[in-house]
Amino acid sequence: MKLRTLTLGLLSASTLAFAAHAESITIATVNNGDMVRMQTLTDDFTAKNPDIQLQWVTLEENVLRERVTTDIATKGGQYDVMTIGTYEVPIWAKQSWLLPLDKLGDDYDVKDIIPAIAGGLSVDGKLYAAPFYGESSFIMYRKDLMEKAGLTMPDAPTWDFVKQAAEKMTDRANGVNGVCLRGKAGWGENMAFLTAMSNSFGARWFDENWKPQFDQPEWKNTLQFYVDLMKANGPEGASSNGFNENLALFQQGKCGMWIDATVAASFVSDPKNSTVADKVGYALAPDNGLGKRGNWLWAWSLAIPAGTQKADAAQKFVAWATSKAYLELVASKEGWANVPPGTRSSLYANPEYQKAAPFAKMTLDSINAADPTHPTVKPVPYVGVQFVAIPEFQGLGTTVGQLFSAALAGQTSVDDALKQAQDAATATMTEGGYIQ
Amino acid sequence: MARAVSTQHKTIATAAAWIVALLIFFPILYTIITSFKSEQEAIQGFNLFPSGTTESYTAVEAQSGYFKFFLNSVFLSVGSTILALLVAIPAAWSMAFSPGKWTKDILMWMLSTKMMPAVAVLFPIYLIFRDTGLLDSRIGLMVMLMLINLPIVVWMLYTYFREIPGEILEAARMDGASLWNEIVYVLTPMAVPGIASTMLLNIILAWNEAFWTIRLTTTEAAPLTAFISSFSSPQGLFWAKLSAASTLAIAPILIMGWFSQKQLVRGLTFGAVK
Repeated sequence: MKLRTLTLGLLSASTLAFAAHAESITIATVNNGDMVRMQTLTDDFTAKNPDIQLQWVTLEENVLRERVTTDIATKGGQYDVMTIGTYEVPIWAKQSWLLPLDKLGDDYDVKDIIPAIAGGLSVDGKLYAAPFYGESSFIMYRKDLMEKAGLTMPDAPTWDFVKQAAEKMTDRANGVNGVCLRGKAGWGENMAFLTAMSNSFGARWFDENWKPQFDQPEWKNTLQFYVDLMKANGPEGASSNGFNENLALFQQGKCGMWIDATVAASFVSDPKNSTVADKVGYALAPDNGLGKRGNWLWAWSLAIPAGTQKADAAQKFVAWATSKAYLELVASKEGWANVPPGTRSSLYANPEYQKAAPFAKMTLDSINAADPTHPTVKPVPYVGVQFVAIPEFQGLGTTVGQLFSAALAGQTSVDDALKQAQDAATATMTEGGYIQ
Repeated sequence: MARAVSTQHKTIATAAAWIVALLIFFPILYTIITSFKSEQEAIQGFNLFPSGTTESYTAVEAQSGYFKFFLNSVFLSVGSTILALLVAIPAAWSMAFSPGKWTKDILMWMLSTKMMPAVAVLFPIYLIFRDTGLLDSRIGLMVMLMLINLPIVVWMLYTYFREIPGEILEAARMDGASLWNEIVYVLTPMAVPGIASTMLLNIILAWNEAFWTIRLTTTEAAPLTAFISSFSSPQGLFWAKLSAASTLAIAPILIMGWFSQKQLVRGLTFGAVK
């Protein structure tokens, strides 16, 4: 009896000792394909780091944003690694909410991170988040329909060409829309597209003194062009279409062109899900000859909140998930086409990747064509291509998005929408103390 | 005497009831149908006949592990309901059988707390939970769910207790029953149907609560609402998987509701016709 008690005691003590030794880190993430794949590959990490256990919290993007913001602002300490985007990183780093990533290891090769992406994730030269996958936006088009229209898509088309091609490709009797673009209201939905588009029209959200610019002719040109193009050549009910809706339309062969995230290329070219997989061509987002293209830049990145007690373990995980070795791990298990794109220059120099992903070069060129620190033709006081990296932007961007979505739906005129956007932006910026 | 109803009227009424029921149930039915489609089928427009694939269920289970979330949901909904009843039975007793000057006002005030949007108190509650170490704990969330459903529980029990003649309790007191004995041996047995339906409704409310359960949990205490939320994606196709996750999440409560529908209907309609 005594022996049994002693053995049991020893066993529980050793279990406790192991539990105390193994550190558990909690990672908050979104339910995107690349993130889900990472969760299935973590055995590699835990084999290399047996003293670190990983706990995953996967949430819908907007809920995740709200949850991690609440936690980080209150120093709740619920997460040790957070998945955030290029919008949050500069704002949160300035608030000292994130730890600088300076212990990623000797073999990490920070310089290999694509400069445009690293720039969006750094403040004062320090990297505050490591990119897990990066994206820009570009044109995906149907090569067969373009040929039928008697046109050839240049690698770097203009908006006039896109309009001309859309008009020729539209065949509503057969369910083909010349162009599919985002219309659903939201700062990360239609405003991501329209802000990037406005950059190529010479528009900007604010001038150097934070005065809203929706009353300027550049914005009028942008919105009028977009509404006219979509009314004549876009799908029915476009004002409620976001990424997923347009993806479904394109995969079913109902769009001649679709300008959206580069990450969509792997979906539309996948024969399992796309009926047009072998007919898709890619080109840079259009411009107007002003020196800026209408493409954005985004990177889902891993950052470490300043409130964590497990900074070292968290940094080890971030280094693993965003390393070159991780890309090779994915390639060995699931093929090069499934490697998270848009983070490392070396990936684009890899001939195997170029072979597996025909959209690789265009993706890299698109990412390189975006400059978050100088996003517009005229000078601006903010960072961000398809957003303005200030805390007020989420609310304001969505309000303006609703106005522009209403203009697309024909509920208001372009002039009214712009006037109301100007008023809303002026009120927000005055309240925020940016302008008097 | 019951009013005579013609067969024709009866048929029309039955058909109307079926149509209304089908309309209300249709979103749930379509979710279940979609869960048996492939992602490609799910986006291809309206279709009532799925191919019957179970790939979404396999994917959902592989990705998240349903059982842990399910156990948390059971613990939270049942636990918070028991806790709420422990507080609400004495409260409703005192309001029903020995009302004071302020009873009506207290009842109205309790109800008014349900009118405030939850997000208005998110930060204070989050800070309290943080400082007391209750973030991501089942106990903390159970207390929270108990508190948010308490007004409804008190109101339902109060309405039910009011239908019980006070004289019976007086008689018990005359026979020398203590307050405790009066509540436990006289009031509660008479009120069992009312308490049961209150309990069932509260379990459903707590099971479906999706604001606090997502915001105050991370890994340990996360229930099925967090499980569903993890299958929505801004980029990529997820409708079939989301439907499978939703079906798994609502199935237990749907089955429970099916078996206890008599008590539920009684609970929801008592006091309506006297």
